[in-house]
Amino acid sequence: MSNIQEVLQERILVLDGAMGTMLQAYKFTEDDFRGERFKDYPIPLQGNNDLLSITQPKAIKEIHAKYFEAGADIVETNTFSGTTIAMADYQMENLVYELNYQSAKIAKEVANEFTAKEPHKPRFVAGSIGPTNRTASMSPDVNDPGYRAVTFDELRIAYKQQIEALIDGGVDLLLVETVFDTLNAKAALFAIEEVKEERNIDMPIMLSGTITDASGRTLSGQTAEAFLISVSHVPLLSVGFNCALGANLLQPHLEAIANKTNFAISAHPNAGLPNAFGEYDETPEEMGAQIEEYLKKNLINIIGGCCGTTPEHIRVIADIAAKYKPRERLLVNSY
Amino acid sequence: MIDKTNNQQLSTNNQRKFMKLSGLEPLVLNENSNFINVGERTNVAGSRKFLRLIKEEKFDEALDIARHQVDGGAQIIDINMDDGLIDGKESMVRFLNLIAAEPDICRVPIMIDSSKWEIIEAGLKVVQGKCVVNSISLKEGEDKFIWEAKQIKRYGAAVIVMAFDEVGQADTYERRIEICERSYRILVDKVGFPSEDIIFDLNIFPVATGMEEHRRNAIDFIEATRWVRENLPNVSVSGGVSNVSFSFRGNDGVREAMHSVFLYYAIQAGMNMGIVNPALLEVYDDIPKDLLEHVEDVILDRRDDATERLLDFAETVKGSKTEKKLDLSWRENSVQERITHALVKGIDAFIIEDVEQARLEAEKPIDVIEGHLMIGMNVVGDLFGAGKMFLPQVVKSARVMKKAVAYLNPFIEAEKTDKQEPVGKILMATVKGDVHDIGKNIVSVVLACNNYEIVDLGVMVPPEKIIETAIKERVDAIGLSGLITPSLDEMVYLAKEMQRQNFELPLLIGGATTSKAHTAVKIDTQYENAVVHVNDASRAVTVVGDLLNKKTAHEYTAKLKRDYDEFREKFLKRGKEKSYVSISEARNKKYKIDWETSPIVKPKELGVQVLKQLSLKELLPYIDWKPFFISWDLHGKFPDILTDDVVGEQATQLYEDAQKVVKEVVAKQLLKPKAVFGLFEANTVNDDDISIQKKGKEIAVFRTLRQQLKKRDGVPNIALADFIAPQETGKTDYMGAFCVAIFGAQELADSYKAKEDDYNAIMVQAIADRFAEAFAEYLHMQVRTKHWGYAANENLSNEELIKESYKGIRPAPGYPACPDHLEKETIWELLEVEKLIGVTLTESLAMWPAAAVSGYYFGNPEAKYMGLGKITDDQLTDYATRKGITKDKARKWLHPNLAEQ
Repeated sequence: MSNIQEVLQERILVLDGAMGTMLQAYKFTEDDFRGERFKDYPIPLQGNNDLLSITQPKAIKEIHAKYFEAGADIVETNTFSGTTIAMADYQMENLVYELNYQSAKIAKEVANEFTAKEPHKPRFVAGSIGPTNRTASMSPDVNDPGYRAVTFDELRIAYKQQIEALIDGGVDLLLVETVFDTLNAKAALFAIEEVKEERNIDMPIMLSGTITDASGRTLSGQTAEAFLISVSHVPLLSVGFNCALGANLLQPHLEAIANKTNFAISAHPNAGLPNAFGEYDETPEEMGAQIEEYLKKNLINIIGGCCGTTPEHIRVIADIAAKYKPRERLLVNSY
Repeated sequence: MIDKTNNQQLSTNNQRKFMKLSGLEPLVLNENSNFINVGERTNVAGSRKFLRLIKEEKFDEALDIARHQVDGGAQIIDINMDDGLIDGKESMVRFLNLIAAEPDICRVPIMIDSSKWEIIEAGLKVVQGKCVVNSISLKEGEDKFIWEAKQIKRYGAAVIVMAFDEVGQADTYERRIEICERSYRILVDKVGFPSEDIIFDLNIFPVATGMEEHRRNAIDFIEATRWVRENLPNVSVSGGVSNVSFSFRGNDGVREAMHSVFLYYAIQAGMNMGIVNPALLEVYDDIPKDLLEHVEDVILDRRDDATERLLDFAETVKGSKTEKKLDLSWRENSVQERITHALVKGIDAFIIEDVEQARLEAEKPIDVIEGHLMIGMNVVGDLFGAGKMFLPQVVKSARVMKKAVAYLNPFIEAEKTDKQEPVGKILMATVKGDVHDIGKNIVSVVLACNNYEIVDLGVMVPPEKIIETAIKERVDAIGLSGLITPSLDEMVYLAKEMQRQNFELPLLIGGATTSKAHTAVKIDTQYENAVVHVNDASRAVTVVGDLLNKKTAHEYTAKLKRDYDEFREKFLKRGKEKSYVSISEARNKKYKIDWETSPIVKPKELGVQVLKQLSLKELLPYIDWKPFFISWDLHGKFPDILTDDVVGEQATQLYEDAQKVVKEVVAKQLLKPKAVFGLFEANTVNDDDISIQKKGKEIAVFRTLRQQLKKRDGVPNIALADFIAPQETGKTDYMGAFCVAIFGAQELADSYKAKEDDYNAIMVQAIADRFAEAFAEYLHMQVRTKHWGYAANENLSNEELIKESYKGIRPAPGYPACPDHLEKETIWELLEVEKLIGVTLTESLAMWPAAAVSGYYFGNPEAKYMGLGKITDDQLTDYATRKGITKDKARKWLHPNLAEQ
């Protein structure tokens, strides 16, 4: 495997697009979600997309393959909700290791096939680590602002389980994404550092925050720069933003951090903002034109898509990315 | 720029690095950074008050201290819970969690201060930003030091390292540099700790103690600081400054000078952060020369007898600050005079003790109300009647009165005497579908001051409830209030109901949308008994007095009826003199924009966006105060009104009181601004409709109304649709819509009411309204300059903003340019207002919370505000068809704008 750090110096890397949007097309029923193995499971499982890595691995592999075909260098494992905390909704806390391990394994199988076919373009698998459904620095109870539904240690332990399984399954890097509460991300980073130390390995980390509204702040209230400072204690492969906004609305926030860090910069925006039906309807060309603006301004090292993006979007983005040089980083070329 | 270093590892990267910290916002040092001031009042070891509050678990007040520090300029706040009598770990976690919910505090980085590692670690686990740990040291050996540093690095914090090792605390120049160099090497070489995240605390010890070995304490610190900054790249140096002057406790004049002199030299040497109490700091240049010389002798250890000389000199230095004293001479007057004074001046600080004295002197507690307090209130009433007191003062008087009565009530109850008979009982209500009640509350308070009993049913009161309560409570009059146009219908309906049920009670009508004309034409005709339009609170008392006075009531009512008859006749005549053109003719005379040349700017950001994390502080510059004074019946331009001959003094007082509330509301984030807005493709279709599109697909249609008043040649009949390019032009134009709201005013007002404080309850509502308008102004500017961007270079003062000197308009449905409230429903759907920010519409299409503004954005430079005026039946029919509603429904919503046929 080529070192992703090296490839990153040479060109803009392309991340895949949405998993959920692609899965919708399969119109999986409750039975499909259950498969043979969980047919007698006591609670409904439809909507537990992470579970499909076990019950519908073929579909997941197909989606990964479509993104690689479209030009993605990196696909994300189907593990956005793969922690005991997020899986509690489905009472599947005990399945967390297997879910992450399998997801990593099948993604890596697809990546290896493509790398074998095109050795000049090695493909990578990023272990997707979502934010969980709880926040460590905000209270869900308006009447008790000091209350917390989850603690740093609970998050750290849950993340550690997920991380170990992803690494065992063969991921090339880890992607802590959709960070709406920086404290959750810090717990994930803490867990990653623990695993790295215990196993004496290196593991590239991508970190991607989410700016939730026009004020330019994360859900937990930080400005883009404050967010950057709060996560820069760990040697990251890249830092950036994803989700919540379309490409054009994300641009000012990328600009806010791009000249303030030596880490690579990543972005995987949504396909625009949702319409009245909650659907994303920005076309690949529309999104591509906005992303080209990033590249013209030399803002980006890793680019991909979040909610509503498809292999068609990624194809357009990859074609555009190929025309531009990656953002140069301050230290790499200085002195 | 480049530090000297003989270290191999660092020579590979000789770029200087600077510490970066974060709360919600970044704190980034650079070569030009000034001294970083650390707030330390949130330290149980440093502040007795803070310790007491934590012990008593008064976390709200403890938060106030933190907030005060940040407001006072602290760039980092130090939090310390090390005290034997509190659970340090639990208190640290609880306090930090509470701080995380206060954006005005947690915008700055936190310094987690403890001598216990478990407290430090517990703190690190609850703060999202990059903190400073205060502190670690080599005191207990290298292993522990390394382990703690590693953990801190993993949690992502900077660290203060005390100049302390296994032997003890560094107290000389040599020991300081020895320990710092060793600590630095361990941190950088063994732990890999970023050097820019290291802060050394070099121990500030007192000077002028009389002990020979303390003489060099200050100068050694300063020289060691210089060495550390020159030899240990990228680090910072910090310390607690007040220690240095410890031996002069009690003589603030000298202490202030000592702190300034010490800092002056230490900062030059490289001390770049520290704990300084700004209240105990003199400006270096302002220190008297002789004092300066004596202090410098001590700090810099320039003379053998420096300490003795300063001690002698200190006798002549007094504390610099003299306290302003309140004039309390009125406290020496008789109890009646004191009570009257308190009521007239609205001072509630002594009222309980005065009333208590009066009660003890009186035969029965009720005598205090009927005697002392009524005498005082009569003075208030007389002054008010004579125009020598103004509404805000009267409401304050009422606050004092309420407090006094609340105190006396238990005694009166205990004596079981008959309660004092009020002069009359008035039912007050804001009608169904309407949520505005500032005016109603003011009238209620004024009437209550004049000894009327008020039955206040609040807002959105259905007519059945008004009728039922009026009967059950046997009230003497009903007062109705409303601000939005549909409320007028509710008032008419209620008048009809009162007639149908043979009521005889007088009906009072008030509120911004009401008028004498509407009352005379629409309400008075429905009800045989008295109907009065009361347009200001000051008139309410005399009107009600006349209506309820059994001797004069009959005559007064008859006079009112005659007056309204005459008024009505005149008014209707006047209305008929106007003439109108047909809607098709009006359309031929539409406002014409040359779309070939008119600039159309595509918004930078199309689509819907939400804004929920704005601080109220940002809105302050956009507040227009004039309407605030109007809501208190003080009329005039702002700020001229503050110096007005007649009302200036009161306006100033009111303004000061308002500033206090504003300050508290802003500091504690008691009100919460939220907004949603969207920018869309748009084209005018079929003359008067605006089709809102997304990528050419229609997603909504705004219906506009066109002026029909017959005008002279060349003067257009405008509809808002004229300001958007028609589809036939083939050009894509754009427009926007928005809703802003201030949440929390009702809850806050209620909490004041619960404390018998109507004055501040009304104040809060009036201020929330100002914030909502300010928010609308702010957002409009953001849209013009940023999100739409057609006026990116605009740079207007607040005055110019209020005068609306900018390009583009933001008309609001329900207001003159577009009076149809139903259009709000279209905005609500398009922007998903309720789902995204939680502002709801009542059945009368009033917005809840009440402090809210919604409307459209038109960006064309020719777009201007206009009043629709009256329209005729042909447009009404046409409008109903276009909108797909029945004509009856259209008539119901538009009837204030229908010309008499």
